[in-house]
Amino acid sequence: MASGKRGGKSGFLERTTASFVDAIEHAFYAEETARADGLLQRLDPRVKLVGILALILPAAAARRFAVIGGLLAVAIVLAALSHVSFGVLLKRVWIAVLLFTGVIALPAPFVTPGQVVYHLPGLGWTVTSQGLTSAGYLVLRAETAATFCVLLVLTTPWNHVLKALRVLRVPAVLVTVLGMTYRYLFLVLQNAHDMFESRRSRMVGELTGRERRRVAASSAAVLMSKTFDLSSEVYLAMQSRGYRGDVSVLDEFRVRSLDWSMLAGFALISAAALWWGR
Amino acid sequence: MHIPDGYLSPATCAALYGGAAPFWYVALRRTRKLLLTRLVPLISVFAAFSFVIMMFNIPIPGGTTAHPLGVGIASIVLGPWASILALSTALFIQAVFFGDGGITTLGANCFNMAIVGSLIAYLVYRMVAGRSAITSSRRVVAAALGGYLAINGAALCAAVELGLQPHFFKTAAGAPLYAPYPLHIAIPAIMIGHLTFAGLAELVVSGGVVAYLQRANPSLLRFTAPGISLPQEESQQVPAETGWSTARPLWTAVGLLLVLAPLGLLAAGKAWGEWSVHDFSSPAARRQIAKASQNVTPPPVAPSGLKRWSTFWTAPFPDYSPSFVHKPAFGYILSGMFGTGIIVLLSVLMGWLAARFRRGPSGTRARTEET
Repeated sequence: MASGKRGGKSGFLERTTASFVDAIEHAFYAEETARADGLLQRLDPRVKLVGILALILPAAAARRFAVIGGLLAVAIVLAALSHVSFGVLLKRVWIAVLLFTGVIALPAPFVTPGQVVYHLPGLGWTVTSQGLTSAGYLVLRAETAATFCVLLVLTTPWNHVLKALRVLRVPAVLVTVLGMTYRYLFLVLQNAHDMFESRRSRMVGELTGRERRRVAASSAAVLMSKTFDLSSEVYLAMQSRGYRGDVSVLDEFRVRSLDWSMLAGFALISAAALWWGR
Repeated sequence: MHIPDGYLSPATCAALYGGAAPFWYVALRRTRKLLLTRLVPLISVFAAFSFVIMMFNIPIPGGTTAHPLGVGIASIVLGPWASILALSTALFIQAVFFGDGGITTLGANCFNMAIVGSLIAYLVYRMVAGRSAITSSRRVVAAALGGYLAINGAALCAAVELGLQPHFFKTAAGAPLYAPYPLHIAIPAIMIGHLTFAGLAELVVSGGVVAYLQRANPSLLRFTAPGISLPQEESQQVPAETGWSTARPLWTAVGLLLVLAPLGLLAAGKAWGEWSVHDFSSPAARRQIAKASQNVTPPPVAPSGLKRWSTFWTAPFPDYSPSFVHKPAFGYILSGMFGTGIIVLLSVLMGWLAARFRRGPSGTRARTEET
């Protein structure tokens, strides 16, 4: 959201490059924590994937604050046991979600019909208890689900997350596509970043609105042409290594006793939360 | 427009995963048949591109910037089916890896943006572009319009999904459990932003990219312009007509949606503002209206305007229950199916007309492949 250094006039170049750098940073950080030696990192990715999904589901379904709050507590304990720092969770998840969902939930106490609990002095607006409850549900649910999702990503190398998708019967072709997308994502990000940087380095004045739009659209088009060339090169490289269109995913995971007990734990918590949260 | 976790009820999420699944299935089969071994590298790299495009800040008139979805250019360059796959892949990585959009709501997000968006963009582009030359400015207009309508169609779907939540999912005291704003708030709140900022960003990108490609790399545009040839054209047409075999899952899904859609109407109670003239005179209904309206007592007789206008337009199925059906629940379901059916029929008709119009008298029939 930070506006550009040139008074926001050509800030779109800066802002776009900043978001590229953010994405790359996020990925580096995730790879680093995925290598740490914590509880979740030691689990079989398939168990982790199924377990975390089983915990997100009741967070989305529960009709009691206590249950969703309890699930958030479970997420925090799991984070602590997996060496995921609270600072990171606070910055990347809790504050980020609060800023987004909080703003969306803000008018809810005023516009939801129901029992009036407070009159806003001066404006004459009324706050209803139903509205407050509703805003609370929205924020708490979003926070809890986002925390679980981040835990999965921060404790599992991405290619393991993808291979684990085979448990959910995702076709091997799609798993391969997702894996390759992730790999080329950084190349395309790097390409786009370089294009914008070099454009900035050649700019001496300010662009008019029309020119800025032209730059943005042509950059997108050039990036697309580059993408097509890249896909042809990748295809040729794959062919030269004997690719004939069949994909197979190596299955190197092993389920050990820790995995079984954690799976049982996930299932138990999920079932209990679904039951209590009815 | 990326709906996060917790905004939609699990039932809605499941229904939209179910609605998206057959499209994914058909998209995978059709692109596989068309691209053969090129599928994996092309879709992967293009999905990466779609992801990066969503991070662009597009300057729009007025001084602000907005992120495009890139759905317009994706379906213009790749065709709708490959675009569905590429965008869904990008949305998956955004949701799971970068936490942008939820996991339970991934089906909904893919349905709105990847599926509805791609299909609208493609249809509008093909219909407006017609048989114009690849470098004609009509294609730029078609692309811009396609992108604009696609993102707004996707936003409308998201708004309806979000707006339906408080009508159906509430606590006993009436507090919404998920997205709290009913349709009459959700739709304008979301659509105003998309009809203006986000829509303009999409318009600029779609139109601008096509205009640039016309000058620099027109071969990228020929895929969705069958029959309009560049020199050294090697024909690789998208089949314009869908064979029954690959389209079957789609029709199954439409059938399922026909059955599922009206179930929502069975929720108890009346939606706020949907009172009929009789509700104002029945004591029970009056209590319900008062409760729903922050304890403001409704007038003893129906407002005269409501009375007057309620007879002005008598829908074929008043109150969703035809008179010949005695059980109201059954009538609801029937009316819902009727409504959905009309929409499906209309879109089929439009598709058929568009195909006829495009093919012209001497056009070749699309290849009929048996699976």
